[in-house]
Amino acid sequence: MDYFSWCVIAASFGLAIGVIGTGYSQGLAIKSAVEGVARNPGASGKVLTTMLIGLAMIESLAIYVFVVSMIILFVNPFTEHVVKLASMGVGVK
Amino acid sequence: MNHPFLFLQWLVEKLHLGFSSEQLEHYGYFNHVTYAWATMAILVVLGWLACRRLSTVPGKLQNFMEAVLEQIERLLSDTMGKKGLAYFPLIASISLFILVSNLIALLPGFMPPTANLNTNGALALTVFCMTHIIGVREHGLKYLKHFTGPIWWLVPLMLPIEIIGHLARPLSLSLRLFGNMAGHEIVLVIFLSLAPFLVPLPMMVMGVMIAFIQTFVFTLLTMIYIGGALEEVH
Repeated sequence: MDYFSWCVIAASFGLAIGVIGTGYSQGLAIKSAVEGVARNPGASGKVLTTMLIGLAMIESLAIYVFVVSMIILFVNPFTEHVVKLASMGVGVK
Repeated sequence: MNHPFLFLQWLVEKLHLGFSSEQLEHYGYFNHVTYAWATMAILVVLGWLACRRLSTVPGKLQNFMEAVLEQIERLLSDTMGKKGLAYFPLIASISLFILVSNLIALLPGFMPPTANLNTNGALALTVFCMTHIIGVREHGLKYLKHFTGPIWWLVPLMLPIEIIGHLARPLSLSLRLFGNMAGHEIVLVIFLSLAPFLVPLPMMVMGVMIAFIQTFVFTLLTMIYIGGALEEVH
């Protein structure tokens, strides 16, 4: 199949797989934060702050995957090479 | 992927002050530098306006700036202790620059300079270099004990791990901020090309939230890294 078809498949599937772990982990973090606030409503300020920091840290893993997907789709480093090979008539389409 | 319409670039073109579009395409776009200077100009003007007539009973702008700086100072004392207050100007400058840069994205025709990897790389490298400079200045050559861990015969294992961990810090700092801001812009471009009427609004509200959260996370991580360089070795 085409190089560019594989690029699109890799970008979309990579993003989808990368978000699975992020979603589950953020759910666990929010679960513990809500339980903590429910037990001790006075500590809600500190608990919520720590929860937000934790969420941003976990989110950054999904953001790394997103950045790689965007690089594959929009600033693909091999586009010129593949187009040159294709115009020369080599087997890669 | 270029930003479709940028206000300062249009202004420069109309007034013939700088490069035209063709020259920019040839030499490379540097809008992130322009908007970084615009952010700095906003911060300098705000600071000058707030400090013009300082009084014990503050006016509105001075009150607001004092509240903002008090929050940063409180966070600093909580995270770094008393020794950390010496680094308050550096950390507050970085924090306010990132905050205003992120929020400038809301104005139509403005691009956040943090949506470009170069700005974030500069900030993250500054933090990285300051960590080590502060560590060496505080501890001297014993700063190397931070990298070796507590047990002496595990040093060949601990040293590469610590070095890789330290090198991952500027990478993660810059990529996190870049990914959040550039991702927000890309999502907005996609929404605007699909359904431009009222649908991008929830994304823009999330953009405001993300701006504040990412500033907070960057500042907190900076304080943790510099505080980790300042603390005593085990």
